[in-house]
Amino acid sequence: MGSRASTLLREEEIEEIKKETGFSHSQITRLYSRFTSLDKGENGTLSREDFQRIPELAINPLGDRIINAFFPEGEDQVNFKGFMRTLAHFRPIEDNEKNKNLPASEPLNSRTNKLLFAFRLYDLDRDNKISRDELLQVLEKVDVEQKMSIRFLH
Amino acid sequence: MDVGSRPPASLPPRLLSSIKAERDVSAMSSGMKMLLLGVTLLLLRAAGADLSGSAAPHPGPVLSSPSAPPLGPPPGAPGVALSRSAVEEEQEAEEHHGGGYRVVQWEWSYVQTPYIIAIWLLVASVAKILFHFSQRFTTVVPESCMLILLGLVLGGIVLIASKKQLYQLDPSLFFLFLLPTIVGDAGYFMPARLFFDNLGSILTYAVVGTLWNAFCTGFSLYAAKLLGVIDERVQAELMDFLLFGALISAVDPVAVLAVFEEVHVNEMLFIIVFGESLVNDAVTVVLYKVYISFVEVGPGNVQTADYFKGVASFLIVSIGGTLVGLVFAVILGFITRFTKKVRIIEPLFVFLMVYLAYLTAELFSLSAILSMTFCGIGANKYVEANISQKSRTTVKYTMKTLASIAETIIFIFLGISAVDKSKWAWDTGLVSCTLVFIFVFRAVGVVGQTWVLNRFRLVPLDKIDQVVMSYGGLRGAVAFALVVLLDGEQVKAKDYFVATTIVVVFFTVMFQVGAALLKILVSSHVMKPLLNRVSVCSQAFDHILTAVEDIAGLQGYHHWRDKWEQFDKNYLSKLLLRKSVYRKSELWEAYQKINIRDAISVIDQGGNVLTSARLSLPSMASRASFPEVTNVTNYLRENGSGVCLDLQVIDNVPGSKVEEDMETHHVLAGNLYKPRKRYQSHYSRHFMPLGEKERQDREVFQRNMRSRMETFKSTRHKRHKKERSLKKVNILSDLTCCCSVSDPVVVPVEPEEDKADHSDPEKEEDVGITFVARKAETPKQRPKSVPAALDVCQSPPPHTPSPPAADSHLPWKGSVGAPPPCVSVEATKIIPVDLQQAWNQSISSLESISSPPAPAEPVHPRVSALSRLGGPRPLSYTGPTAGGSPSAGPPLPQASFSFPERKKKQQVEEEEEEEEPGASQEMQPLMSPLRLPGRRNPCVYLRSLVTTPPGGSSEPHSHRPTQL
Repeated sequence: MGSRASTLLREEEIEEIKKETGFSHSQITRLYSRFTSLDKGENGTLSREDFQRIPELAINPLGDRIINAFFPEGEDQVNFKGFMRTLAHFRPIEDNEKNKNLPASEPLNSRTNKLLFAFRLYDLDRDNKISRDELLQVLEKVDVEQKMSIRFLH
Repeated sequence: MDVGSRPPASLPPRLLSSIKAERDVSAMSSGMKMLLLGVTLLLLRAAGADLSGSAAPHPGPVLSSPSAPPLGPPPGAPGVALSRSAVEEEQEAEEHHGGGYRVVQWEWSYVQTPYIIAIWLLVASVAKILFHFSQRFTTVVPESCMLILLGLVLGGIVLIASKKQLYQLDPSLFFLFLLPTIVGDAGYFMPARLFFDNLGSILTYAVVGTLWNAFCTGFSLYAAKLLGVIDERVQAELMDFLLFGALISAVDPVAVLAVFEEVHVNEMLFIIVFGESLVNDAVTVVLYKVYISFVEVGPGNVQTADYFKGVASFLIVSIGGTLVGLVFAVILGFITRFTKKVRIIEPLFVFLMVYLAYLTAELFSLSAILSMTFCGIGANKYVEANISQKSRTTVKYTMKTLASIAETIIFIFLGISAVDKSKWAWDTGLVSCTLVFIFVFRAVGVVGQTWVLNRFRLVPLDKIDQVVMSYGGLRGAVAFALVVLLDGEQVKAKDYFVATTIVVVFFTVMFQVGAALLKILVSSHVMKPLLNRVSVCSQAFDHILTAVEDIAGLQGYHHWRDKWEQFDKNYLSKLLLRKSVYRKSELWEAYQKINIRDAISVIDQGGNVLTSARLSLPSMASRASFPEVTNVTNYLRENGSGVCLDLQVIDNVPGSKVEEDMETHHVLAGNLYKPRKRYQSHYSRHFMPLGEKERQDREVFQRNMRSRMETFKSTRHKRHKKERSLKKVNILSDLTCCCSVSDPVVVPVEPEEDKADHSDPEKEEDVGITFVARKAETPKQRPKSVPAALDVCQSPPPHTPSPPAADSHLPWKGSVGAPPPCVSVEATKIIPVDLQQAWNQSISSLESISSPPAPAEPVHPRVSALSRLGGPRPLSYTGPTAGGSPSAGPPLPQASFSFPERKKKQQVEEEEEEEEPGASQEMQPLMSPLRLPGRRNPCVYLRSLVTTPPGGSSEPHSHRPTQL
């Protein structure tokens, strides 16, 4: 699939993703090309190693955490749809969406879903609770790496 | 006399506004004269521009100063001799000679300039105070309006007095001194993160918005002129109008700061408008210069290339200014890295470099405001990290003070300048057209740009934001200074422009902002305080967003910010930050900060430290227990000779008066803070004494934590309380009494020992109050304890490891017959250092062995009282080896392992508490485990006491209670 690159992304797939995530057509195609470029195994899915190859992520203190967030529980491969679903959490909420009120399914970038996503970053063992240790781990990681950033007090 | 009309050639033309009003003044009644004299002084050029000796030779308009007839001759103008020009000095000299020696001389000309400046500042500051007397008043009318009004009044008085405006805002004074103070403050304390987060919007508004305003205003005015709305007298061409449009269109940082900070708009709005006002300086400067040159050349001679030069000039001015600022920021950061030894001049570096950034940019005619702003923004992070806390505070307050006073002066001067009719000419058409155009185009520009920007912004600017922004497009002193700077020869309509500018400035500052509408809008809108710090949480978000951008392959804002942060961390910070700071964990800093704040807040609340429980408990207990003690004494008397030494002590149990004193002492020592030293033993110009405040904060914090621990513990042990028998209560009260007796004994010893044995700074606590107790107690107890101690140091090793618990608990008072078991400082010191540890260990092992068992058989109540008397107390302090305790206990080498020991002690203590719940509970208020090392001493002292009884010699006695 990877070798055939973005051409393989069919219109109906795009439509489906668009519906689910709210990304625009051009965004989807661009992210798809990114997806394929990350996909070194060229099997249509990304593994953890694929993510870890991104140099910037290696230095990001929360990199592992983010990568984990892309993988549903128990799996170590993520396909394009899953990839997009995760990214959709970071799409800004637009005004017209606020008023739309979709009772059927909450959009992925809603406030609740964003919060949920952030929560899961801390919830390492996925027991829907952030234990003290989990919180500590995250914070510690941030701060050890962040020792340098002195805040602008006052 | 009228110097203004014949200035010395050396004076720059714009300095001519200096004035001497005395001539007219002298004609008036003396009462009036006094008033006017004051006013006149104020109006004289206030600031440094005058230092060059701007004054003309002054014939001496003798103001026979009514207030000071005896002040000697009126040489060279008691009123306002403006400088000590040669002529004047000669005159003065002659007069002095002529009059012979004068005891008192009127040296006005000598002090004049600084005097006037000082008076000026004083009046401005007092005016501020007055404005803020009424809370309601200041919420309705912005301060800047009041200042302008005050200026108008002052100007009016002078005008009446001298028929001529004596002073107006001097551009060079404004640009070289007043503006930099304000911009420097703003730039240095600019919330950098917020600024860069909104950089896109800021740049758009600053560049596009200002250009739009300038061109539209200029062309529209020209159109109005052509249409005849503007009077014929206004001789202005298209270029003139464009020039005027350029200077009138820029949002003014001074006004924005003054007004927006006062009405508390939300932070995003503030940073956008304020950032715009700073950045558009470059635009204004370039437009202004370009037009000026065009006007000089004549519109006809302008070639196409010149327009491109104008654009290039804009880029150079803005980018160049920014670069100059950044260069100075780096230098500043680098310098402050090495100021550790000269903390006292740290703030000076900050001011100098920031100001130099401004001047340097001005030197190359780059955008000085941009330069200063970026110098402030860039250096802030490194400087704040490098310099000491005190320097930080100094910088902060000095900058704020300067900025505030500069702002005050500017607004007052604006008011004063407005009164001078000779400087401006009124044209209703021009004024009204300008007003209308400015507001219309500002509103249109804001709405249009916001519409575009909102398509890109994550947080869109809503309608109210836009209204506030349109309203907040304030014109201020910068525009005024620029218009005054215009050359009247080339710009014929200058006077009209001046008038219009004044009106516009007044209008925007006073009506626009004073408008209730804005108030309502803003107040109903958002009032979040500026949030400058980056919390850990938002850092996490930054990282998340960066990671997601990386994954998605977007080179977005977060990506670049992350890149920058990496660069900053790897190179810049290494270069610009001190090593110690570089390694310091931010988390630690935050933790410290929170702690201190916590402590301070507790104290502010009046402190739960001094609770009634703590106050009443000891005293009540001891009162009740007094007879008990006597009983004990009697008992001891009856029992054997070994008691003798101890009996002395007990007999010496002080009268109730002394006891009360001691209680008071304990309460005070426990709750009061160390007295502040009034005098510094030495004075140094180069070093600041160690912060009294810091010490106090720390003390507050420690006490706070201690009291928390106590409450925690006492609640924990409350359940045990009920299990206790009444008898026990009595015993306990005995105990407390004893504690109160014995505690102070040890305390006095602390200070010396502390200093001698430990370098830990915290040990210096409690130096002050504890001495009170010494008088009462020390003499009685010390002598006794010395011999005992000697005993101790030899006895511990051969201890029999299984003394009955009751015995081991026997303290100095209770250890019947035990040869004086007290340990004194001197004694313990005898123990060799290397043995000390072993000794400690043996003690602690003893402790663990001895503590568990409790007297199994029913004991004679008195005996149990006796044993308990000593027992719980030492136990609660069983700091094995009483680590870190400097004074009475084994004081030698423990400092090193004091901390773990303390933990251990707490553990032991807890065990003990299980055993002796009531006792330990009662003990808590008096001696909590959290006490400072100094305060912990008693435990050490007692601890060694406890361990002694089992010592060989004391054995027969120590067994007695159980035998009974």
